[in-house]
Amino acid sequence: MRTRLALAFALLAAAATMPWWVDSGTLRLFVEFACLLALAQMWNLLAGYGGMVSVGQQGYLGIGAYALLVLSDMAGFNPFLCVPLAGVIAALVAIPTSQAVFRLQGGYFAIGTWVVAESFRLIAANASAVGGGSGTSLIAMREFPRATREAITFWIALAVAAASIAALYWLLRSRHGLALTALRDSERAAASQGVDVGATKFWVYLIAAFGCGAVGALYFLMNLRISPDAAFGVNWTAFVIFIVVIGGIGTLEGPIIGTLVFFALRETLAGFGTWYLIALGALAVAVMVWFPRGLWGYVAARFDLHLFPIRRRL
Amino acid sequence: MLGGLYALFAMGLALMFGVMRLVNIAHGDCIVLAAFVAIGLALALPGAGPALLLAMVLPLMFAAGYVLQRGVLNRTLGKDILPPLLVTFGFSVILQNVLLEIFSADPRSLSAGGLESLSFALPGGIAVGWLPLVTFVAALALALALELLFARTRLGRAFRATSDDPEAAQLQGIDHRHVYALATALAFAVITVAGIFLALRTTVAPSDGPAYLLYAFEAVIIGGLGSFWGTLAGGLVLGVAQAIGFRLDPGWGILVGHLAFLVMLMLRPQGLFPRTRD
Amino acid sequence: MSALLEARGLTAFYGDFQALFGIDFAVEPGEAVAIIGANGAGKSTFLKALTGLLPAAPECVRFEGAPIGGLRPAEIVRRGIAMVPEGRRLFPSLSVEENLMIGAHAGRAGPWSLRRVYELFPALEPLRAHPGNAISGGQQQMAAIGRALLANPRVLICDEISLGLAPLVVNAIYNSFPVMLREGLTLVVVEQDVGIAQRATHRLYCFQEGRVALQGQSGALTRDSISKAYFGT
Repeated sequence: MRTRLALAFALLAAAATMPWWVDSGTLRLFVEFACLLALAQMWNLLAGYGGMVSVGQQGYLGIGAYALLVLSDMAGFNPFLCVPLAGVIAALVAIPTSQAVFRLQGGYFAIGTWVVAESFRLIAANASAVGGGSGTSLIAMREFPRATREAITFWIALAVAAASIAALYWLLRSRHGLALTALRDSERAAASQGVDVGATKFWVYLIAAFGCGAVGALYFLMNLRISPDAAFGVNWTAFVIFIVVIGGIGTLEGPIIGTLVFFALRETLAGFGTWYLIALGALAVAVMVWFPRGLWGYVAARFDLHLFPIRRRL
Repeated sequence: MLGGLYALFAMGLALMFGVMRLVNIAHGDCIVLAAFVAIGLALALPGAGPALLLAMVLPLMFAAGYVLQRGVLNRTLGKDILPPLLVTFGFSVILQNVLLEIFSADPRSLSAGGLESLSFALPGGIAVGWLPLVTFVAALALALALELLFARTRLGRAFRATSDDPEAAQLQGIDHRHVYALATALAFAVITVAGIFLALRTTVAPSDGPAYLLYAFEAVIIGGLGSFWGTLAGGLVLGVAQAIGFRLDPGWGILVGHLAFLVMLMLRPQGLFPRTRD
Repeated sequence: MSALLEARGLTAFYGDFQALFGIDFAVEPGEAVAIIGANGAGKSTFLKALTGLLPAAPECVRFEGAPIGGLRPAEIVRRGIAMVPEGRRLFPSLSVEENLMIGAHAGRAGPWSLRRVYELFPALEPLRAHPGNAISGGQQQMAAIGRALLANPRVLICDEISLGLAPLVVNAIYNSFPVMLREGLTLVVVEQDVGIAQRATHRLYCFQEGRVALQGQSGALTRDSISKAYFGT
């Protein structure tokens, strides 16, 4: 385990030097990769461990984006600081939201979260102060020279990606993690063992909201053009679902593999427009029917491989 | 009078959930699919009226629903809620993009030879559109038909029994795989009616599906689970809520609908006319 | 002459866990046979294998001479084996009468009809419109038996029908057995109550840890031998 930790730190340190020897386009690609990876881990936390399938996490992503806009452009905050702040704001919004959506279960919970996200989108689209339906550009970043802007954004992305993996790893190894696994398998059984089902679900939901909010701010630090459709679009969740399904739900490695596969597919099929999405959909269906534990889940079960040892061996 | 249309949207969703606890994320996209199949047929057969188109598309969609359930979705049903949700989500993406490939992003619609814009005057100076009225009557008729089907027929009993306890249902000689497939086939038939009325009323584009899923869902929750009359009522309430919203400000129409749903969820989560069984 | 319903060397697994280790079992037409045993002895598992709820090798279960192991439950009902499941499992969304009617879903012809079931269990008739789960345990048990009878089976399997019921109620239910046997039914009964199992049946099997530990004429087996087989001493 020590060697793996050392390796991880070495990788991180090496990656941190990238702004000095990698070009702009690749840095942006990595930021996007980090965003999707972190989002996938959040969705994985919700669905794979918390048993809550949400099709509405884009709602918190959008809140994070607009929080960045309002805090930095309008309130003068340092835009980089807005990443964690956006997460906090998203988490705050999640508190009352959870009261509503927790009244739903299963598939209806999924659609309910989608309705909430859509509501956020419509509110943003109707708010002319933030650019209404066509959105607006993030000005606060203009005070930084381009290279600095890109480097800091990159490092934040690196931190967010690493943090999402680390947080999940730590969470799952703790006693909370045991509670989560019990919850996922059977809420009723977990409750009878003393797991506070309501509280556990609530905190998981909040953490996921925080993560998505932070990612929202991070993405638009790079992208700079914030509009309701870009910030609250359901394709965020669509991509994340594909990533987690194909990679493997309920594993830490799965979302990493899934994000890699996603980007590989995107780069190779980029010219094919709708066929790329059709292929993605078909792949997700096929994987769900034949390999319900995803590519990594299948490999891990077959060869008993674990990059991140979470399960306690009895 | 969108309510009738929303009720039609909602009934297929309620049916599948009622029998199999299955939420079809591609529900709205299936409505759009039915609409486009009808539109495609209308292009190929210029003289065909909506009734004929309905008669042609209905058996196709019925069969498609049966095959989909029996071939794919039955394999995903079980204790875990994820597989059917994720598979239908995948289908949603596939459907939207296949339709996009075939029909392009241009919105299209169906014509009923001008009938869709006709209206007649009620005493008191209120003008009632012909199409909204027919839509409402269709929704009413379907709600009645489905209630009777579930309450009075052998198939309806099989639906209810299988939904309660699939294993015990098998012990009575019920082939649950066939029952589930019939439920989806029936839901697809209802979806077809919804799709055609949709195309008559407004233009349809391949990416419109998700919005209709949300409206259907909201109508089901507002109305209450377990009763098709509830679903009808939910559709009407949603229609009214959106209409009020549109009156206030064109940008607020759909949002008011969402808010009405959320308010209902907070204040009376069981809906207006719940029929709880467990 | 082969038996009406028989199992030969029947094994059954729950995943990797083996629950049955080669059960040999037979019941002749017109017989009432009991299966007793402690919890976990494999009685319910055996019934599941007979009725298709658990996979079994085709040749290991034979009915009317034909192999039925591994067939789907609905198919097995169609062929003439009906089960009253443990815990009754009436359908809450159906009324008592609808629960009875659904028993006839397989469409087999035979002497049993709604009228005949109400004659057998008169207590049910006034409750016909009640939801399946809104009646007492004893009434539910009668309804569950009636539901299985309406499938017009040749073999009726009853899984733990005395569970949770008062002795008076249990006796009343078992008093309906002679009527069923007269109608040509063959009965297989899994019972917790050894005394009633002996009184109500012709022959008896005792299961212990997935094996048949004892079998014989119900009236002839001694308390002692049953005890030994039951607990495996």
